[in-house]
Amino acid sequence: MSIKNGPDRSRTPLPQQQVALIDLLDRLLSGGVVLTGDIVLSIADIDLVRISLRALIVSISEKNPAPWNASNTARTGTP
Amino acid sequence: MSATSLSYVYAVARPSTGLAADLDAVTGVAGSPVHVVPSRLDADLVAVVSSVPDDDFRETALRAHFEDLAWLEALARAHHGVIEALAARTTVLPLRLATVYLDENRVRDMLQVRHALLLERLDRLTGHVELGVKLYVDLTTPPAPTPPAPALSPGRAYLRRRRTEQHARNDAHHAAVLAAERIAAAARAHAVERAHHRIQEGELATGPGGNVSNDAYLVPVDHLRAFRDEAMRCTDGLTGVRVDVTGPWAPYSFAALPDPDSPS
Repeated sequence: MSIKNGPDRSRTPLPQQQVALIDLLDRLLSGGVVLTGDIVLSIADIDLVRISLRALIVSISEKNPAPWNASNTARTGTP
Repeated sequence: MSATSLSYVYAVARPSTGLAADLDAVTGVAGSPVHVVPSRLDADLVAVVSSVPDDDFRETALRAHFEDLAWLEALARAHHGVIEALAARTTVLPLRLATVYLDENRVRDMLQVRHALLLERLDRLTGHVELGVKLYVDLTTPPAPTPPAPALSPGRAYLRRRRTEQHARNDAHHAAVLAAERIAAAARAHAVERAHHRIQEGELATGPGGNVSNDAYLVPVDHLRAFRDEAMRCTDGLTGVRVDVTGPWAPYSFAALPDPDSPS
């Protein structure tokens, strides 16, 4: 959900809110710590997911490969 | 209830006072209760876990479920609900969606093996939140009305219209570059890390305009308001460009553990 010119929420940093699914999937499918669990979707399975959801989530597509890799993080400076 | 259950792990966290009791009120994936699994090594680290039915979360079932957007959305929202509840109470390191172990002993093994790395990353994230900043170029905004030119032939009128459209496109892309520079300046002042997400396209991408950047920033809590305000003002005075700021999020985009092969 976007923050528009709403009330100041900086004091309540993490309220329950209905976030946009696409923003959530960006984070849940390409963010988070990757640990090798005991139940593992193989690379082939992930490709299947990628193909079957492509129409809905082009963020997971051949044009934008490797969404299951860790995010590239870069330092931008220190506050 | 299936005969066997698996351990679905949402996150690793530093235990806070009353955390286990607070989690009693939270419903996890597949409607399951949520509980903590402590580390064998010390009291500094817990995994946050649900028991989930084997028939929904073993490989073949997961593979099938992941092709069902409604199921995936329910899983994602339940996972997110637990992460939000945790993030409101302690520093949380979210795990990739659908990290599943055979049992809690295997979860404890994971905590033991990754203990130092997990604690190091938790330390880094303490007191920080994630903000999403997306820029859109919106060409549906009508360009400034052209002055009437009744004497133009149809061919010349067409060329003039095409030129006007081309100018609007160039202006919008120029505006997007300026807005991106303003966001970068705000990030230098307030953010400590940045992660790129893929440009949002497709049916789930809603709202006017085309997404041209989709980034996440890790921001100290005391810089949250300033960064958010500056990011939201990045399109002031510009036309054809729109900014969308989301969050604060738990630090999903910054949870990756350092690559053991890299020098840092």
